[in-house]
Amino acid sequence: MYHSLAAIQADLKLANTSCEALVKNYLANIDNKKHLNAFVEVWADEALQAAKIVDAKIKINTAGKLAGAVIGIKDVLCYRNHKVTSASKILEGFESLYTATSVQRLLDEDAIIIGRLNCDEFAMGSSNENSFYGNVLNDLDNTKVPGGSSGGSAVAVQADLCLATLATDTGGSIRQPASFCGIVGVKPTYGRISRYGLIAYASSFDQIGVFTKSVADVGLILQIMSGADKNDSTCSQKQVENYLENISNCDVSKLKIAYLPSTIESAGLDTEIKNRTLEILEQLKAQGATVESAAFDKLDYLVPTYYVLTTAEASSNLARFDGVRYGFRSPNATDLESVYKKTRSEGFGKEVKRRIMLGTFVLSEGFYDAYYTKAQKVRRVVTNEMNTLFENYDFIVCPTTPTTAFGFGDKKDPIAMYLNDIYTVLANIAGIPGISLPLGKHSNGMPFGFQIMSKKFSEEQLFSFSNWCMNNFSSN
Amino acid sequence: MKVTDEMIDRLSHLARLEFKNEEKAEIKNDLTNVLSFIEKLNELNTDGIEPLVYVNEDVNVLRKDVREQIITKQEALKSAPQHDSDYFKTPKVLQKK
Repeated sequence: MYHSLAAIQADLKLANTSCEALVKNYLANIDNKKHLNAFVEVWADEALQAAKIVDAKIKINTAGKLAGAVIGIKDVLCYRNHKVTSASKILEGFESLYTATSVQRLLDEDAIIIGRLNCDEFAMGSSNENSFYGNVLNDLDNTKVPGGSSGGSAVAVQADLCLATLATDTGGSIRQPASFCGIVGVKPTYGRISRYGLIAYASSFDQIGVFTKSVADVGLILQIMSGADKNDSTCSQKQVENYLENISNCDVSKLKIAYLPSTIESAGLDTEIKNRTLEILEQLKAQGATVESAAFDKLDYLVPTYYVLTTAEASSNLARFDGVRYGFRSPNATDLESVYKKTRSEGFGKEVKRRIMLGTFVLSEGFYDAYYTKAQKVRRVVTNEMNTLFENYDFIVCPTTPTTAFGFGDKKDPIAMYLNDIYTVLANIAGIPGISLPLGKHSNGMPFGFQIMSKKFSEEQLFSFSNWCMNNFSSN
Repeated sequence: MKVTDEMIDRLSHLARLEFKNEEKAEIKNDLTNVLSFIEKLNELNTDGIEPLVYVNEDVNVLRKDVREQIITKQEALKSAPQHDSDYFKTPKVLQKK
C-alpha cells in the first residue's frame, strides 16, 4: 500500500498504477476490514467513476494536484446529494444540499471522495463510543478504542482504507485519535480553513484538519483547503503560505523549543510516554536546538474552560434540530412542543444531551456571568500566556495523550473521559495549530503521539519541523 | 452548586429535552459532578480581564449585499420529515377551545 501521495503520483506518471486500480484496492481493504466499522457509507460506484475521469485527465496532463488521492470524509462534512448525519439518529436520512468548501476544494484538484466516516455523535467524545452507528475498533488491537471524536477517520488511514481523511478537531478530536492509532493528525490555526458546510459543534473551537501517514501530504492537502471563503466570515483573510516549499529545509539548530513542565510532571501521564518525550527533547538539544522549560500553571483549568464554552456553543448550535426541517421526527409527538421534545430526546444520544444540558445551564439567567463569562475570561488569560510564550519560542511541545488507547467501556465516568483531552484542548482554547506525530511505541504494543504547537498561522514552520521529526525520530 | 429536580426540569424545558425518572437521576448526578469540576475556574483571579469572544483578529469581513439563491424551495423541503409542496408541516399550533 502507498503511504504518500508523492509515491502514488510517481507511479501514476510511469503508468505503474491507475486511479481505478487504487480505488479498487481501497475498496477491497474496506471490505476486508468491515469489522472496524470505520465507514458509515462507501460511495464505491461513484469513486470508481471519478477514478476513470481522473485517469483520463492524467493521460492528457490536465489532472489536478490531488490526482491519485483517495480521501474519506468525517460524517460531519456536507457533500451535495450525499447523506450526512453527524453519526446521530436525529439526522437520519438527511442529504446535503451543498458541498463544504473544504471538500469542494479537494474535488477541484481531482481528489476522489470514497465515503463518509464514523465518529462520535456531533463530534462529542474521545473514544468513538458515542456513535449512533456503534464503536469503531482500533486496527492494532480490536479491544481498544481508536480515540475520538474522529475515530473512523483515524482508523481509515491507520488500516489503509484510503490515503487520507478529513476530520474536525474541537478539543483534540484529530490529534488524540492520531496518537491512539499511530498516524499523523493535524489541527490548523482556527480560521485557516472555512467551516462552511461543516455541521457545527462549538463554532469558536471547531477546525477542519486531516489524518495522513506523511507530513508532506498534510502540507499539500491543507494548503489546498486553506484560505478565505466568502461563505465563512470567520475564515481568515490571511494569505496562505506555501507549505511545501521549505518542508525539507528545517535547520533544527536555529529552533527555540519550549516544553511545559506541568504537562510532563502531570500525575496522569504514563511513565513510558513521559520518558519518550524527555528522550526526544534530549535529542533535539543534541541537534543544537534550544530546548527550555517554560512555566505554565494553567493546565488544570484548560478542560473546565473547554467544557463551559463548548457546551454553551453546542447547546445553541444544536437548537436547530427540531424535528421540523431535517432528518428524524418522533412518531410519538402529538403537538408542536412534543415534536421538539420527543424528537430531540429520542434523536440525540446520552453524551449529546448531557452537553446540551450543561451548556443550557451555563448560559441560563443567573449563572451566565459566573460560568460562561468567567470561562471566556480564563480563555483570554490562557491565550495571552500562549502568545507571550511564542514571542520567545518557535514551538511548544508535549505529549498528545496521557496514555495509549484504552479499552472499550474503561472510562465510564464522563470527567475521566474529558480529562483524556488535557494536552490537546490548549490549542483549541488559544486557536493555535497543533500536530500529533507517531513518534512513540509503548511496551504494551500501542503507539502514542508527540505533539507540537506553534503560533497562529505558522503552519509552514510547523510542517517543516514536523517533517524533520518524522525523518529523525520515527518509531516505525 | 446544588442541583435540584426543579433545576433539571427548568433546564430540560429550556433545551426542549425530556428525561424520564431514572434518566433524570442520572443527569442530575452528572451535572452535579461536572459543575463541581468546572467550579475550579473560580480559583483564578480574572478581575479586569476582558472576556475573549472572537478568537482571531479579523473584524468585519464585509461583502456586497447581493441576493444569491443557493438552494431551491424543493431542495429545502426534501429532507423534512413532513412537508407538502410549499411548506414544512407540523401538528396544529392553535387548538380550538
